[in-house]
Amino acid sequence: MIRVQAEDFDPGAELAGFAAGNHKVGGICMFLGLVRDFLGAVPDGAPPVTAMTLEHYPGMTEKQLAAIEAQARARWPLEEVLIIHRFGRLEAGDRIVLVAAASAHREAAFEACHFLIDWLKTKAPFWKLEHAEGGDLWVEAKESDDLAAERWAKKT
Amino acid sequence: MKILYFAWLKAKTGTAEEEVSPPAAIATIADLVEWLKGRSPGHADALSDLRLIRVAVNQDHVGLDHPVGPNDEVAFFPPVTGGGR
Repeated sequence: MIRVQAEDFDPGAELAGFAAGNHKVGGICMFLGLVRDFLGAVPDGAPPVTAMTLEHYPGMTEKQLAAIEAQARARWPLEEVLIIHRFGRLEAGDRIVLVAAASAHREAAFEACHFLIDWLKTKAPFWKLEHAEGGDLWVEAKESDDLAAERWAKKT
Repeated sequence: MKILYFAWLKAKTGTAEEEVSPPAAIATIADLVEWLKGRSPGHADALSDLRLIRVAVNQDHVGLDHPVGPNDEVAFFPPVTGGGR
């Protein structure tokens, strides 16, 4: 299941609910992403980042997340998949993304969860605009994210 | 053809969305980029360095050699930065 929303979510309630009643599930792995302090490379003496706005491409976001979920389901025997991604204005400490995978066994749940967050970061059309006291700055993509996703491509 | 711009490309072109009718000779994304650069100095600036830009046609990631047609939705944006950190 894919949800793209501005509102916050309750990780405990999501975790309790998303595979409830499916007794084929033996294990759930969840990744929760938060907005960190000092999101970008803030140079010495520069004002700290106070908040950010996450822009996205409505329609393509849902399409790409659904494709990522389908990829994971094709690779691992998953019972349930949940991806929640927020957009809009977020502050340090806020929840930004939740990925959960449920399977009969823990290994598939762990691997699928890791795959989902790595792929999401390079495929889903989101862009971070950081708000610092000195002005706004678009966050640049990280090569390490591309490498993390590439690792899974090589495994096929 | 519907063109969308996101993040700093939206700021530089001064538009989020525009409807365009390129000539029939414009067959690929690379052709389209060159043609769009002529629309304004802002477009030329936004599209000047292709290494900084990613493209989607009909909401799927594509390369510069991908074909484009009159009914396509084409989006230009920087490399994506979603997820936690």
